[in-house]
Amino acid sequence: MSIFEYNGSAVVAMVGKNCFAIASDRRLGVQLQTIATDFKRISKIHDRVFIGLSGLATDVQTLYQRLVFRHKLYQLREERDMKPETFASLVSAILYEKRFGPYLCQPVIAGLGDDDKPFICTMDSIGAKELAKDFVVSGTASESLYGACEAMYKPDMEAEELFETISQALLSSVDRDCLSGWGGHVYVVTPTEVKERILKGRMD
Amino acid sequence: MSQSAVEVPPKGGFSFDLCKRNDMLIQKGLKAPSFLKTGTTIVGLIFKDGVILGADTRATEGPIVADKNCEKIHYMAPNIYCCGAGTAADTEAVTDMVSSQLRLHRYQTGRDSRVITALTLLKKHLFSYQGQVSAALVLGGVDITGPHLHTIYPHGSTDTLPFATMGSGSLAAMSVFEAKYKEGLTREEGVKLVAEAICSGIFNDLGSGSNVDICVITKEGKEYLRNYMEPNPRTYVSSKGYSFTKKTEVLLTKITPLMERVQITEVGEDMEE
Repeated sequence: MSIFEYNGSAVVAMVGKNCFAIASDRRLGVQLQTIATDFKRISKIHDRVFIGLSGLATDVQTLYQRLVFRHKLYQLREERDMKPETFASLVSAILYEKRFGPYLCQPVIAGLGDDDKPFICTMDSIGAKELAKDFVVSGTASESLYGACEAMYKPDMEAEELFETISQALLSSVDRDCLSGWGGHVYVVTPTEVKERILKGRMD
Repeated sequence: MSQSAVEVPPKGGFSFDLCKRNDMLIQKGLKAPSFLKTGTTIVGLIFKDGVILGADTRATEGPIVADKNCEKIHYMAPNIYCCGAGTAADTEAVTDMVSSQLRLHRYQTGRDSRVITALTLLKKHLFSYQGQVSAALVLGGVDITGPHLHTIYPHGSTDTLPFATMGSGSLAAMSVFEAKYKEGLTREEGVKLVAEAICSGIFNDLGSGSNVDICVITKEGKEYLRNYMEPNPRTYVSSKGYSFTKKTEVLLTKITPLMERVQITEVGEDMEE
């Protein structure tokens, strides 16, 4: 069993028209046993940048705490929030520093940059950035997610349609993966508000 | 001496503190993660007025295509570019690092960077990690001494060549070069030959695919032709798209309004000199 399959996870982010959506599953397992059904994989860095981490749950939490720390230092020095592109470079550098003993997680970063332009990117566990204009996926359900998003994605969707598309893509992909599921957690971020929704999914 | 309770951001370089834990997990039977690789076909050739570099745009994670349009031609200096194959994080990190070192060197010397400088910095770094930093590079540029093209292998050895190919598609591309390359090619002939070599890699090698990127560097400057050719467009896109009649069931919704971004206009007199 691969190290990424120890806890199980599914994270996906999609770009819409002046908005973005980021979604994850909620299961935390120890190999085939489920131990929690409300595990938070997506965390807010600041109002306009979110990070979703898939992979080994302990590294998800540790890496998140380290990134929040670095962002707070940045806020104190620069007196402003980090742009999503800068934050992605920071995460990439922190992961590459551990090139020969890496954090066993794959981040998905989504944010609204200048002029409310949405930005998404994902990385492998050593920080190779992969910028995309449409969607990015990560986790044990990633192969299904690639297929579902490729089929369901349309460019320039509004917030409500984007929510529906990302939810359908996430739920149908985790249904085909034993290690992720038990509902979904979706954040849709527009320039004026953040809508956080919990989805009802198959509880198996 | 007590350990600082706060983790100070480190000074740079690799940190090995998670190695012991990762080895323990591997011994317990968990497989190590696979990294994003760029299967790749990368090529370079020297023509009459300079250097042309070419690359495909597929990034793979095992057998899955992770990125259909990634950039493999990295900036090193205004007159030097580098194509990278191997582990994606390694090629990006090593080219970024040497690019910063070259810029600092330009500030110190006040001169344009030379290709041989970039070559030496790269090979020293790669050799010191004994091939563990898995980056295979094709470095090309035009400096005051003329056009140069080099290949760098992950263990640190280098070659200086008039035409070069690297990556999983290198054999497919090299066959095109060996058949059609001649000295003193014009710009159009050179670009056509590079595009043909990359296409040969795209169609015949499974690790390479998608589009062709080309970068032409001459004494006058550089021309980065991103997605110069797109021989693999999506064959069928449904115009209707997906419509979901059965909506997703939502258990809980929480709306947080974001604060309006305030524009600060400076009012008042400037400080007196």
